[in-house]
Amino acid sequence: MDTPTINDLNICVATENGSGSASSNNILFKAIFKMGIPCSSKNMFPSNIQGLPTWYQIRASAEGYLSRKDVIDVMVMFNDATAAKDIYRVRDGGLILYDDSTPLPAHLRRDGVQYLGVPANKLVTKLVPASPLRAKQRNMIYVGALAYLFGIDMEIIKAVLEDTFGKKPAVIESNLACIDAGYQHMKEKGYTQNIARLEVIPNGNKGKIITEGNTAAALGAIYGGASVICWYPITPSSSLAEAMEYYLPRLRKPKDGKKAYAIVQAEDEIASASMIVGAGWAGARSMTSTSGPGLSLMNESLGLAYYAEIPCVFFIIQRGGPSTGLPTRTQQADISLMYGASHGDTRHVILIPHDTNSCFDFARRSFDFADRFQTPVFVAMDLDLGMNLWLSEPLKLQREPFDLGKRLAAEQLEEWTKAGKKFRRYFDQDGDGIPYRTVPGNQHRMASYFARGSGHDVDAKYSEDEHDYKAILDRLRKKFETARKFVPKPIVEKEKSVKTGIICYGSSYEPVREARDRLKTRGLRTNHMLIRALPLTSEVRDFLAEHDTIYLVEQNRDAQMAAIIKDEHPDLGAKIVSVLIYNGLPATPLEVVNQIFAAAQSTERKTAQM
Amino acid sequence: MAEAKLNRLNLTEKDYEGAPSTMCRGCGHDAISASVMRAYFENSIDPRKVVKLSGIGCSSKTPAYFLSQSFGFNAVHGRMSAVATGANLANHSLMPIGVSGDGDTSAIGLGNFCHMMRRNVNITYIIENNGVYGLTKGQFSATADVGSVMKGGKVNDIPAIDLAELAITLDATYVARSFSGDRKQLAPLVQGALAHKGSAILDVISPCVTFNNHEGSTKSLKYAKAHLDPIHDIDFIPPYENIEADYDEGTDHEVKLHDGSRIILHKLSKSYDPTNKAQAISAIHGAIAEGKFLTGLIYYNPNRKDFAEELNLCDTPLSELTQDDLQPSVEQLDEINANFMK
Repeated sequence: MDTPTINDLNICVATENGSGSASSNNILFKAIFKMGIPCSSKNMFPSNIQGLPTWYQIRASAEGYLSRKDVIDVMVMFNDATAAKDIYRVRDGGLILYDDSTPLPAHLRRDGVQYLGVPANKLVTKLVPASPLRAKQRNMIYVGALAYLFGIDMEIIKAVLEDTFGKKPAVIESNLACIDAGYQHMKEKGYTQNIARLEVIPNGNKGKIITEGNTAAALGAIYGGASVICWYPITPSSSLAEAMEYYLPRLRKPKDGKKAYAIVQAEDEIASASMIVGAGWAGARSMTSTSGPGLSLMNESLGLAYYAEIPCVFFIIQRGGPSTGLPTRTQQADISLMYGASHGDTRHVILIPHDTNSCFDFARRSFDFADRFQTPVFVAMDLDLGMNLWLSEPLKLQREPFDLGKRLAAEQLEEWTKAGKKFRRYFDQDGDGIPYRTVPGNQHRMASYFARGSGHDVDAKYSEDEHDYKAILDRLRKKFETARKFVPKPIVEKEKSVKTGIICYGSSYEPVREARDRLKTRGLRTNHMLIRALPLTSEVRDFLAEHDTIYLVEQNRDAQMAAIIKDEHPDLGAKIVSVLIYNGLPATPLEVVNQIFAAAQSTERKTAQM
Repeated sequence: MAEAKLNRLNLTEKDYEGAPSTMCRGCGHDAISASVMRAYFENSIDPRKVVKLSGIGCSSKTPAYFLSQSFGFNAVHGRMSAVATGANLANHSLMPIGVSGDGDTSAIGLGNFCHMMRRNVNITYIIENNGVYGLTKGQFSATADVGSVMKGGKVNDIPAIDLAELAITLDATYVARSFSGDRKQLAPLVQGALAHKGSAILDVISPCVTFNNHEGSTKSLKYAKAHLDPIHDIDFIPPYENIEADYDEGTDHEVKLHDGSRIILHKLSKSYDPTNKAQAISAIHGAIAEGKFLTGLIYYNPNRKDFAEELNLCDTPLSELTQDDLQPSVEQLDEINANFMK
């Protein structure tokens, strides 16, 4: 390439985990953000504390694309263990930055890329006294080297350091010294590259924020009134509960001079699920967060909450399964498990955020849904959305009253009594499948009932009667149909003349958004529907009906959402062509584009043969 | 007709009853329910302030057979201790009673049971211990003694879990063992448990008349009666009674409970201090060695906070907090957003 791109750059940093690169990568990323350039980062880390390979991709995109990019322009080759492969991860014409404190072995040379060395080990040895800190600060050297090569002003780096380590001037100073050493080295050598230049966009990111989905969801849960939070540590969901531990004491005002919330690290996921079922039954807004293995363990409690009709919220941050699978990689492969969690006939409400703003909003509203429908509600996220940093508009609070649903206070029961009405816990009084409920502590003489996971009648009495049993199952289904009308509707972008549609959900949104633009430049115009909840709303059927071919992009092997759609709309299901990405890494636009073109060509061939 | 006896809330014993029991005739569990009803009546506890919880099994059905005015929750197998923990956090002003069996507690629910006690969740937790799974027709549970014979002749050769000893080890704060047929001892022990704030564990030998009442069983009615080893006679004195207890300075032991009530332990053969953890455990071991069931208030720790207090929960139940209490301001969110811009 002769002319460098402006603000379009994809850097991959290869290091060992536990080497302090999280800190240096964060500084690099924040510096690009501060320059006003749209940017994203993807952390591909191992399930390990120290010593295993980790990659961190930082993408600057003038056009504002935030998905993981397949094509790597620059490889920061700071991990000997993966170097032999890393040299081939970078594109032809790209750049490899390596530590030239010792000569580069011949097998790490390849053609078609530019090699630039920075003696990170040597520089850091000079600057930092021998200590565990030295190894970590070595990674600051590449920050400086890249800053020089791509045009990040040292003043901006300094500002980021101040934001990050504000109260620790000594830390700022030592980091700055290392970064500057990398910068000055490249400058003295007169190194240049011709790939890209990063240029300040005035007010480019003004008003924008950077946060992880887990943090946004934690804040949403706090604003939604979660008061009993029970969890068990599991990647990639732990940081959601930990964000609540951090923010609750800072945000929620004390009551009676004490805490207005309980957060409990349980002994396992069976316990955390059981606890929130108990708390939901007793009237608190309760929640847990977990990922696949935890969800498997929680199944029995989910069935209990479904059948005894107890509100509670489950945040599921999906990772690579089955079994332990890839704990630190991303997937959307627990959709079927959530939808029909637990034995017997069940169907669950699932909210599916696709960006950090909807993580906040859906987390808040999930408690309203749980209370309104007296049922467990899922908020389905994944590692990419939950743990990576995302650029977005600020989190916005919709001011609306909590919806506690049909929860009867003692005064209302008294009115009912006066009107000659009887409280029957599982009776469908309003014809919408949602009964009325009371919670323990209600002192009215009619209030109490006996909740149970075993067969019961409309008065919550133990029953094995076939009519009682079927009536409750049928009403639960009716309740689910009512929920269908209330859950968030899909976001649809369409032009009338276009007959090719793409459906996706959750974190697949961003790669699909970019893929659609690429498809368009290559002559394929597409309409789009982002599914944001289960059960499916009527818009899904409309979209299926309006298009000839529908590509359904999801990050799992078995086309789980496609199966749900086909099951509900068998007459239209044949139009769906699944685009499946499931290697554990966040889906890329290129993968989406390639699979769609491959599918389109194979259809064309088939048509031609006919 | 004679007037029914009233307690301090002007309630009769009938007000503490529940649905008719569906246990087998002569089941120990019904006798325990009777002691439980008696204890609530005698302590003048408002049934509407009680929540009843259970897991799965014969024992777990019994909360339906007492205190029909209380909220109840018959959850899933082994999870009552965790469900009760959540319910307690949501509303700690209510008094939870949990009824479980030896399968529900010592096998499938052992982990959750242990952690409930570690946390000292405020609950009266009764294990109706008969050494077998009744509902599934008589398999051994984890409290079956070595050498005990199953109906049909199979002999158990795996050591039993002693739930009272386990409870003491994990520092449950009120640990008692009794026998379903000994209402004189059981009722005051339940009264004490209800007055206690923290995990009160009652391991009650409750013979299964259908599946474990034969020759060779160590939890049959006959065997249990013949091998009971009571540490003391027990009087429960509620806080409102100022009467001088029949208390012998030299040999009796007084336990003061959180609500001001007292338990007087009258020495039988040897003196016993239930606040001495090491002595409590060695007394259990001594009785096991002699093939006996040590009964009475085995361990008591007045010095631990219950879980809700440990968490410093507000006095208002979390379940009653309003949006004003729970939702932070828009300005606070603005501040967070500003931090995310850095």
